Amino acid sequence: MELSQAGSASPSAVMHSVDDIHANIKRRQFWDFVFALVGLMSLLFALITLLTLIVDLAMTGVPRLSTEFFMNFPSRFAERAGILSAWVGSFCIMLTTAFCAIPLGVAAGVYLEEYAKKNWISQIIELNIINLAGIPSITYGLMALGLFVYKLKLGQSILTAGLTLGLLVLPIIIVTTREAIRSIPNTIREASYAMGASKWQTIRYHILPYSSGGILTGVIISLSRAIGETAPLITIGALTFIAFLPTAPVEGHFPFINFKWLMDPFTVMPIQMFNWLSRPQPEFHVNAAATGVVLLVMTLIMNGGAIYLRSRFRKKMKW
Amino acid sequence: MRRLRERAIETVLFLAAASSVFVTLGIVGILVTESLPFFEHVSLKDFLTDTEWTPLFENARYGILPLLAGTFLSTCIALLVAIPLGTVAAAFLSEYIRPSVREVLKPILELLAAVPTVVYGYFALLFVTPLLQKIIPSLSGFNVLSAGLVIGVMIVPYVSSLSEDAMRSVPGHLREASFAVGASRMQTAFRVVIPAAFSGITSAYILGISRALGETMVVAIAAGMQPNLTLNPTQPAATITAFIVQVSLGDLPHGSIGYQSIYVAGLSLLCLTLCFNIIGLWLRKRFQEKE
Repeated sequence: MELSQAGSASPSAVMHSVDDIHANIKRRQFWDFVFALVGLMSLLFALITLLTLIVDLAMTGVPRLSTEFFMNFPSRFAERAGILSAWVGSFCIMLTTAFCAIPLGVAAGVYLEEYAKKNWISQIIELNIINLAGIPSITYGLMALGLFVYKLKLGQSILTAGLTLGLLVLPIIIVTTREAIRSIPNTIREASYAMGASKWQTIRYHILPYSSGGILTGVIISLSRAIGETAPLITIGALTFIAFLPTAPVEGHFPFINFKWLMDPFTVMPIQMFNWLSRPQPEFHVNAAATGVVLLVMTLIMNGGAIYLRSRFRKKMKW
Repeated sequence: MRRLRERAIETVLFLAAASSVFVTLGIVGILVTESLPFFEHVSLKDFLTDTEWTPLFENARYGILPLLAGTFLSTCIALLVAIPLGTVAAAFLSEYIRPSVREVLKPILELLAAVPTVVYGYFALLFVTPLLQKIIPSLSGFNVLSAGLVIGVMIVPYVSSLSEDAMRSVPGHLREASFAVGASRMQTAFRVVIPAAFSGITSAYILGISRALGETMVVAIAAGMQPNLTLNPTQPAATITAFIVQVSLGDLPHGSIGYQSIYVAGLSLLCLTLCFNIIGLWLRKRFQEKE
C-alpha cells in the first residue's frame, strides 16, 4: 500500500523535496561555517588582546630598560629610579616561597595519592584543596596580616611574605604532584614491592623520580604565579618605597651565613609597578611599563618552560 | 625498626596533607575573629543597608552596599566578556580544530591567565581606557567599564579551558550518533555536546566568577578606589578588594576601626566566593557521577 503510494508520487514532487534537502544542507553548512568563523574570531580576539598588551607594554617599557634601571633604588625622580630593591625582594621572596611550599605540597600530594584511604578525612582534605584554589588571593593576605604579622610577631618581613605566597600556591603544587603520581602505572609499584621494597622505599626510589618532571612543571607554574602576585603582599603591609637591600646572607666571620634577611622589610616588582602606576606623572608610567616588561618576560619564560617540560615528559614517558 | 620508620613517614606526610585544611581554618578563623569587634561599633542592619562606606572619614559610615555594587558591576562586565568568548572558543577548540593544532593553541590561550594582574591593570588604565574614551567621550579616567572588560579577557582561559575539557570528555559515540542522523557540527555542538557537558561548563563559569569577584589589582588601578553606589560603568567605583588595598596602603594601627573594616570586607568577599564555590563543588560532583 505505502510502497505503491511512494512509487506513484509524481516525479516533480520528488524533485522538489530533493531540492529542499539540498537547500537545507546548504543552509546548515552556511551556519556551520558562520559558527566556525565566530569561534575563530573569539579565539583570535583573545590572542590579539594578549599580543596588544605585550606590544603596548614593550613599546613604552623596553627603551627604559638599562643596567642603571636594574641597579638603582626607587627615587623621587623618575629618570633616576630603578628596581634594584624590587627585584632583590622578589628574588628573596621567591626563594622563601619555594622553600616552604615545595616540601609541603609534594608531601601532601604523595600522601593523598599513595597513602590516603577512602575515608572522610581524605575526602575533607580533597574538597578543601579544590576550595582553596577558588579563594581570592587577597584573603590570604588578610589572614597573614592577622596571623603572621600580629599574632606570631613576624613583622612585615620577607619571611611573612614568603609564607603567605607559599600557602597561596600550595594547592597548585599539590594538584600537579598528584597528577604526576597518578600517571605512574601500578605495575611499577608492584615490581618494587615484589623486590621487597617498603612503601617509603618505593616512593623514594620510584614514584618521586618518575614524577619529578610533572612536579617540576607544577613548581614552575606556582612560582610564576607567586612572582606576579601583588594584592596579598600589599595587604600584609609591604612598603612601596624601599631604598636599601636586605641584610647580606654571607658575612666575613663564623658561621658565614645568616638569615637576618628573612626578617627585613621588602618591596617586590609588582608592588613597585603599582606604586609608579598610581602616580599621575607619565614619566613614572614609563618606569611602570619597564617593570611590567621585566615581570611579563619572566612569567612568560617560566610558563613557556613549563609547557615545554610537560610536553617533553609526556612524550618521553611510555610505560 | 623499618615498620616504625614507615609509620613515622606516613604521619609526617599526613600532617603535610592536613596542613591545607589548617590554611582554610586559619583564613576563616582570622577573618571572623578580627572582624567580630567591628560589629560592636556597627549594627548588622547599618552594615547591610547603609548606602555609604566611609570608614576612614570623620563621621564614618559603614554600609557595605557601595562596595558590593562595585564588585557586582565589575564582575558582571567581566562575565559578559568571558562567558560568550570562553564558551565559543571552547566549542571551537573542542569540535572544530584538529587535536595537533589544539595542543598548540590551548597553552597559548592559557598564557592569558599567567600574565601578572598588575600588568593587566596597566593595560586597563593606559590602553583600554583611552581607547574607550574615543568611543564614549564622557568616560572618566578611572572607570569600572575598562577594568571589567580587562578582567573579562583575563578570565577567558579559566572559562574556556575547563569548558573545553568538559566538552571533550563527552563520549565520541554521542557525536557520531548526531552526525549519523545528519546534524552539522554546529548542531552537534549546541544540541548534543554542550548539553551533555553542561555541569562541567557551569563549574568552569563558577571558577570564572570567583576569579572575577576576587580580582584586585585591575580594579584597584583602573577603577579609581572610590566607594560609589552606582551601577553606571562609566563612573569610578571601588570593589571590596580595591577597598582592602586602599586601606592597606596607608599606615594601619592594629585594632583600629580601619583595620577591622578590611577584615569585615574580606569576610564579605569570602562569603560571596564560598557560596559560588559550594555551587561549583555540587555541580562538579553531579558531573562526575554521570561519567
